[in-house]
Amino acid sequence: PLCILSVGIQASLRERGLDNHAKVAVLGASGGIGQPLSLLLKNSPLVSKLSLYDIAHTPGVAADLSHIETKASVKGFMGPEQLPECLKGCDVVVIPAGVPRKPGMTRDDLFNTNASIVASLTTACAKHCPEAMICIISNPVNSTIPITSEVFKKHGVYNPNKIFGVTTLDIVRANTFVAELKCLQNQLEFPQDQLEKLTARIQEAGTEVVQAKAGAGSATLSMAYAGARFAFSLLEAMSGKQGVVECAFVRSDVTEVPYFSTPLQLGKKGIEKNLGLGKLSPFEEKMVAAAMSELKGSIKKGEEFAKNFK
Amino acid sequence: PLCILSVGIQASLRERGLDNHAKVAVLGASGGIGQPLSLLLKNSPLVSKLSLYDIAHTPGVAADLSHIETKASVKGFMGPEQLPECLKGCDVVVIPAGVPRKPGMTRDDLFNTNASIVASLTTACAKHCPEAMICIISNPVNSTIPITSEVFKKHGVYNPNKIFGVTTLDIVRANTFVAELKGLDPARVTVPVVGGHAGKTIIPLISQCTPKVEFPQDQLEKLTARIQEAGTEVVQAKAGAGSATLSMAYAGARFAFSLLEAMSGKQGVVECAFVRSDVTEVPYFSTPLQLGKKGIEKNLGLGKLSPFEEKMVAAAMSELKGSIKKGEEFAKNFK
Repeated sequence: PLCILSVGIQASLRERGLDNHAKVAVLGASGGIGQPLSLLLKNSPLVSKLSLYDIAHTPGVAADLSHIETKASVKGFMGPEQLPECLKGCDVVVIPAGVPRKPGMTRDDLFNTNASIVASLTTACAKHCPEAMICIISNPVNSTIPITSEVFKKHGVYNPNKIFGVTTLDIVRANTFVAELKCLQNQLEFPQDQLEKLTARIQEAGTEVVQAKAGAGSATLSMAYAGARFAFSLLEAMSGKQGVVECAFVRSDVTEVPYFSTPLQLGKKGIEKNLGLGKLSPFEEKMVAAAMSELKGSIKKGEEFAKNFK
Repeated sequence: PLCILSVGIQASLRERGLDNHAKVAVLGASGGIGQPLSLLLKNSPLVSKLSLYDIAHTPGVAADLSHIETKASVKGFMGPEQLPECLKGCDVVVIPAGVPRKPGMTRDDLFNTNASIVASLTTACAKHCPEAMICIISNPVNSTIPITSEVFKKHGVYNPNKIFGVTTLDIVRANTFVAELKGLDPARVTVPVVGGHAGKTIIPLISQCTPKVEFPQDQLEKLTARIQEAGTEVVQAKAGAGSATLSMAYAGARFAFSLLEAMSGKQGVVECAFVRSDVTEVPYFSTPLQLGKKGIEKNLGLGKLSPFEEKMVAAAMSELKGSIKKGEEFAKNFK
């Protein structure tokens, strides 16, 4: 069917001669992010096999998605005994599993529950798909990426170019908020007070949604969009497209902390080149300096947890 | 950002010089279908304004979607007092509101709850956006389309070319199942599905499939039954957790996009939908429709049917008559 959802994409893929046979797994596929994320992945001609894992409901979610008229085959896996089979042969693993914030909580408040979940799931990845790209959505990302890295090191399969903390929603929000303001006032420069307001809004946008949902959860649909956007960038880069750039929270030597997000050039083997910070304004340099202490703490918390895990 | 989710679409829209400023409302936007459907609509460059209505949770859903980097503005409306404002100025209204089936239920078992919901919501549409295209997903579609039509007649704003029962998921399933059996890419398979949107009223026309496919009779019967029961297949697989949501969101979005493209001038847009029809002896029936600026431009009818397909059409008449009458009776006594 000439479905608008994919015809433009199919044509441009064919033009570029890109291979599109990726096997993707979603761990936490039955959840608030996992379900719409899996829908977006199933809709994409980039994906040839979609493996959906969760502790409940995945057979139903998979049956539902399997009826969609796109080529990706869909299979549901439920419970830890089925996790190895889910992961075998996967090129990309996206992990939204875990609990979301409630009003008043910080992402760090999720640590106690989500750290174990991520450590277990990434242990299975290290054992059953050590070559896959791992994309972590589960918060707090500032800690779950160090956890994932330590788990992979423990199993002797660590590759820092293949482990990504998905920060794409922050970029998406920044694009949206800047576009809104530009549209209203038709100018490219912001006075300092407006710049500070805009910056704070981007930083607190996740909390904005938690409040608006009044206990019903955190960002799910926009996170699904952002997770899919990052996964598609990675898949395109892995199949040969040049010049794919995304920001992500990764192992980094750009600053004094061991994990940091900057724009990354992606390629067949994951991170091809870290493009670094570029030129910062004085205001931006201050923010980088001010973030160091919290980043150090969250990273250390993740590393300590992983050392004591299992 | 050069996001693959829309760049191909943006380019092809610009090439075709299509206007893409549509105002779309989703009634039931916080539900299992409504949320992913709203996500797909928000992602599309065809939409410039998205109004989300439900009896709960819509402010949160709207806040969530409003962060996505596409041009559609998003607003949440909660509760009947906000429904008029939600609907004003809308070009297309999509209605997934209502309760889903549990294992063992037919779509008709939903009638008692969903008939009132659809009658209330479409009453508001008749009052506040009588010119809009109305796309009903809420089951049982075989009854909720007659209900909607009677409601619009009551308010003197009935236009049979603008009221559609969304049967697209049956077409999507037919395409997928035929492609599976023949080792084809489902994106290149097109099977018309006619009749209604429940059990044996779902009539796939495999003889009209493009590309042309042949099946031995026993396999054809199995395939036909699978298409007819596919909704139940998902209800069973979800074991009480609901019915098709994600695939229904996909299908609902596909139909909405076809309608929006046709409304903005694209030629040759064809979709099946359950509509007011003179093609058979029953007053509502789904066949392929050519869509245009004013909704249905031309009903393309049944085309040439195989003897097997003719039998299915005849066998569906009695159930369709019953479901249609049930909807019309309900609407006459409503409020």
